[in-house]
Amino acid sequence: MTAPIAGGVDCDVHPAVPHLTSLLPYLNDYWRDQVTTRGMTDLISQSYPTCSPISSRPDWRPAQGKPGSNLDDMRAQALDRFQVSHAICNPLYGVQMVFSEDMADALCRALNDWLAKEWLDREPRLRGSIVVSLQSVEKAIAEIERCARDPRFVQVLLLVTGDMPLGKRAYWPIYAAAERLGLAVGIHAGSAYHNPPTSVGWGSYHIEDCVAQAQAFQTQLTSLIVEGVFVRHPTLKMVMLESGFTWLPPFLWRLHKFWRGLRMETPWVDRAPLEIVRSNIRFSLQPIDAPPDPVTLNRLFDHMQSDELLLFSSDYPHWQFEGDAVLPEGLSDDLVKKIMIDNPHATYPRLKVPVAKETMP
Amino acid sequence: MNIQVRERPEPASPVAVKTAIADCDIHPARATPTELYPWLARRWHAHLETIGAPAYHGMMGGPPYPKAQPNASRRDAYPPEGGPQGSSLSFMQAQHLDPNNVALGVLNPLGTGQGLRNHDLATALCSAINDWQVAKWTSQEPRLKASIVVANEDGPTAAAEIRKRAGDKNFVQVLLLSRNVEPLGQRRYWPIYEAAEQAGLPVGIHAFGYGGNPVTASGWPSYYIEEMVGHSQCQQSALASLVLEGVFERFPKLNMIMIEAGFGWAPSLVWRLDKVWQRLKSEVPHVKRPPSEYISERVWWTTQPMEDPEKREHLLELIDWIGWDRLLFATDYPHWDYDDPSRVLPAGVSDANREAFYLGNALQLYGLA
Repeated sequence: MTAPIAGGVDCDVHPAVPHLTSLLPYLNDYWRDQVTTRGMTDLISQSYPTCSPISSRPDWRPAQGKPGSNLDDMRAQALDRFQVSHAICNPLYGVQMVFSEDMADALCRALNDWLAKEWLDREPRLRGSIVVSLQSVEKAIAEIERCARDPRFVQVLLLVTGDMPLGKRAYWPIYAAAERLGLAVGIHAGSAYHNPPTSVGWGSYHIEDCVAQAQAFQTQLTSLIVEGVFVRHPTLKMVMLESGFTWLPPFLWRLHKFWRGLRMETPWVDRAPLEIVRSNIRFSLQPIDAPPDPVTLNRLFDHMQSDELLLFSSDYPHWQFEGDAVLPEGLSDDLVKKIMIDNPHATYPRLKVPVAKETMP
Repeated sequence: MNIQVRERPEPASPVAVKTAIADCDIHPARATPTELYPWLARRWHAHLETIGAPAYHGMMGGPPYPKAQPNASRRDAYPPEGGPQGSSLSFMQAQHLDPNNVALGVLNPLGTGQGLRNHDLATALCSAINDWQVAKWTSQEPRLKASIVVANEDGPTAAAEIRKRAGDKNFVQVLLLSRNVEPLGQRRYWPIYEAAEQAGLPVGIHAFGYGGNPVTASGWPSYYIEEMVGHSQCQQSALASLVLEGVFERFPKLNMIMIEAGFGWAPSLVWRLDKVWQRLKSEVPHVKRPPSEYISERVWWTTQPMEDPEKREHLLELIDWIGWDRLLFATDYPHWDYDDPSRVLPAGVSDANREAFYLGNALQLYGLA
């Protein structure tokens, strides 16, 4: 096991909304009434069923309630345990699944306010992601601008599968807002289930959805690169969260080969895909889809041809590793420092911004 | 890739000096739209001329993502006697089979009846394509072998077509496409696997097809390059479905070939499958062994388009992880992204691995050794 060093940044932890009713205090009268009158149920996505083994490590699962719903548990099991300076909260609550843009917007606003009040206010090491739904780009931007006044929000959070590929031009105003406000754009595993969960249709099993996340990240990366997002927004950082990364080298070989053969179709893509990834794309460390032997893993790092791509993550409370083995075996001291400290700070400039008390408007 | 050869004479004796290869992905084309009519009931001639052959996308003719070149084929591959690329046996022999010393060429016809909304028309067209492969190609050229093309959305009828051809030495595999109405592990397709297993034929799964699902899990992308790169993701999801629905467990003698969707993704997918299976195997008790075991025993990959890293040792390491016995060389002739057999492998490969890669694995898998 490679030991974590103190002062790292955990770029993917998941505080859980205990229940839809937990958001009621953050909804206005109309939406509170909608939720209660219509008997809306808890917005749990099939991507992360509460009791699925992937949703929590067995020893992190609380006696009652959802894994990740208790701040003291998170402190003991992740923040203190891995001695982090910061942890970035990526709430995975199924607000993206609803079809009404008005309801989705109200729920996103409530979720972001809930995160600020119930987590960020209570624990100074925590930082937040602004959850937006893509049903309305206009409303997403308004929510990004509203939350960005609070420097504790360090990125915009999207799901890897939604209505359209994320490189589509309709979404670019969101990326412009993020770039302007110094926010990274995090893309997390999970689906809005507005399309079949795989590119070949609906499977029968939860396990297929889990496997399919990696393929979804691959197609999104293609879309973001070939549509030209990073030509327009050269300083924008996008972070693939819970994406896996061992697929990256052969994916890039293939994309590079087709880019060479088909440049006439997307002539605005002025740099090789690998260069774009090096300058604009980052990946969270967990899960590590590789055999647990240091030799293979170090070959994979060599294939990635950069030590700047990975950001430390525990994926708390999801079950990705046992005990304290949050870092895989065989990492050099230099690489540990890059992954845990240097790379996250280079990706999230807002981590350096001093935080005053009572900053949330 | 286009190779302009017509103006230059071929070297005097290329065949004698080149090692024999298998090409496991050759695309034969029809010279004219009516070339299948002799094997197609008259009813369907009128149907094709009035209504066409509607697929699970909106275009009456041609693909929704326009190709990079006409027919997605090399501009130098038009036969001198006319017709589209890949439609002339004599020109295929002169341009490809002879100079590259192709000892075994596996035909994978595309644009057939697969993936049509009218399942009766699909069945008729697939059967006609199979007759046509024998009449026009394999009976004329012993180096070529055919694929049994089936109307896969109608499982029992597709199985009947396989049984009809079983034992016919002209055919070496059953051909499916990767993108269908449902993921390929679903039960509607099981009659196909049962019939293929009984016939002792592997099932080849070629990239492409339209089943009505967006070609990414997040909807329809904009560009042909996204479709082309995306074949590897579709293939990964199709293979995951086959494993996780228990197809390899249920049909223990069935082998499968992943055609024209890359192979670089295989190690990472397998590692992910094994890891997730460890967590969630109680959901899929019919998957009795780690996914890596089914895949390493029962799945092969064709090589084109060849993975092409900056550092060639990365390619060799990748193939070490997959296994040198798992890859089947293919050129994709006459398509534009054709791989030249003399250029795909770097130096430093042992003679035994090189022979397996170019020929031995294919002869073994197809029962022709």
